[in-house]
Amino acid sequence: MAGLKAFAAAAFLSLVAALPAVAQTPPAESIQIGLSTDAVSITAGFSGADLTIFGSLENADPLVARQGRYDVIVVLEGPPRPVVVRRKDRVLGVWINLESETFENVPVSYSVASTRPLQDVTDPNSYKQLSLGASNLYMKPADVTDSPATIEEFTAALRDRKTATGLYSENVGGVQFLSQNLFRATVRLAPNVPVGTHKARAFLFKSGMFIKESSAQLEIRKSGFEQSIFRVAHDYSFLYGVFAVSLAMLTGWLGRLIFRKD
Amino acid sequence: MGIYLPIAEISVNVFVLLAMGAAVGFLSGMFGVGGGFLITPLLIFYNIPPAIAVATGANQVIASSFSGALSHMKRGTLDFKLGGVLLAGGIVGSTGGIFVFALLRRMGQLDLFISLLYVVLLGTVGGLMLVESVNALRATRSGAAPVLKKSGQHNWIHRLPLKMRFRASKLFVSVIPVLGLGAGIGFLSSIMGVGGGFIMVPALIYLLKVPTNVVIGTSLFQIIFTSAYTTLVHATTNQTVDVMLAFLLMAGGVAGAQYGAKAGQKLRGEQLRALLAMLVLAVAIRLAIDLFVTPPNLYSLSAAGLN
Repeated sequence: MAGLKAFAAAAFLSLVAALPAVAQTPPAESIQIGLSTDAVSITAGFSGADLTIFGSLENADPLVARQGRYDVIVVLEGPPRPVVVRRKDRVLGVWINLESETFENVPVSYSVASTRPLQDVTDPNSYKQLSLGASNLYMKPADVTDSPATIEEFTAALRDRKTATGLYSENVGGVQFLSQNLFRATVRLAPNVPVGTHKARAFLFKSGMFIKESSAQLEIRKSGFEQSIFRVAHDYSFLYGVFAVSLAMLTGWLGRLIFRKD
Repeated sequence: MGIYLPIAEISVNVFVLLAMGAAVGFLSGMFGVGGGFLITPLLIFYNIPPAIAVATGANQVIASSFSGALSHMKRGTLDFKLGGVLLAGGIVGSTGGIFVFALLRRMGQLDLFISLLYVVLLGTVGGLMLVESVNALRATRSGAAPVLKKSGQHNWIHRLPLKMRFRASKLFVSVIPVLGLGAGIGFLSSIMGVGGGFIMVPALIYLLKVPTNVVIGTSLFQIIFTSAYTTLVHATTNQTVDVMLAFLLMAGGVAGAQYGAKAGQKLRGEQLRALLAMLVLAVAIRLAIDLFVTPPNLYSLSAAGLN
């Protein structure tokens, strides 16, 4: 209500405006998000989950809020990694990987949650400027001399594969306002969610105009017995190999002891 | 019951893997082969990435060849000297194979190359064995005594220089073909994840004229070390050995092998060989079909700068 009063007062002032009024415009809206934890541990049997992020609008205009003209888009972006996209072609009847394109810094995962379908929130140009949404992410090719058509084809294929494996996802209606100021976003974590530092970002739009962005970091770790094996295999790979060989010999020897027929 | 494989990074069914190990163990006990050439394609059919299937297959082969070699050592049917020379070649071939493996993986052609090698090798070996065993079956049916090739006949291999005496095998032969054979098997071991017994045994019998009773023990002896070396190098350079997966296969395998050996004693040699040939051909055909069928996804992603 305070906001409405301030708005009314401002309108009155501008109507009467004889005096060079010191702008009585309401303070600008902003957005905040909070994560209940800054690290998530997933175990080996992880089969995907929903991650809930709470956030609030500050200085929200109740009138705009009531009319539902505030939109929030929340993105959980995985760590960037270089990726090779390969295309199979038929050579003498056999399918062979022929063409390939390497992209630098492609987010391993990208989950979007929004109040409404993305195309209803704002126009494509704003998305491009913000580099927001899986289809607007800029994927930098390692070899910029390749023809734009090729790059476009492989970029599309990259997005397509990421979407098919659940790493890039979109959850329309995944952001819900709990009150005029408080919202809850639900983003999907794919079963094969990569470990590393993920970035949660929230974008606030008012009547289709981008207002403010806020971000927080989330560390995703794998835990459990299988993860220890993975770590040992990578950090102490020679010892791991010795262990694998010894285990095989032991099994072979025991197998002979237990099942011996001669 | 599902289990998550730490290196392959997928969830699989424990019982499927145990059954797979047992089935291959049964066959390897029955036919006297290591079974690596069946395990690796089966793992690929079960959606294990080929690079991991190969390295883990090599690990699994150690268990079956070790338990086999132990019994041959006890019976004295193992030529350590011949095995040692084969092994020296094997280490060289295996090192070369690992290098080619990493190179192909970087180029994105590894999966194709593994499938092609399997189709060609299994197709050839299976085809030859089928023809030979069907002829033998026909001959016994028509009552004719099987014609044995005259042994003791020397071929070009026996005229090569650098001869060496292998006492246990009653053999005086150049080391060049022995080293070459070892190197070839070592190369296949690191690229295909096989022990190579299905090539080594006929090569020792027909090319080097090694007495049949020492062939299997000697072949198993060299396979233990070649596949142990291959496993070690894959573990350090490619990190593609999955111990969890290998252990499940081995556990099923050592049990299955004993029952297979028993069942094998009830079948006749020609029948056994014809059955094995058909099995080998079936695997080759299944792999060949995958090469020609339009894949559901033409595009694939992989991490850049791998290895």
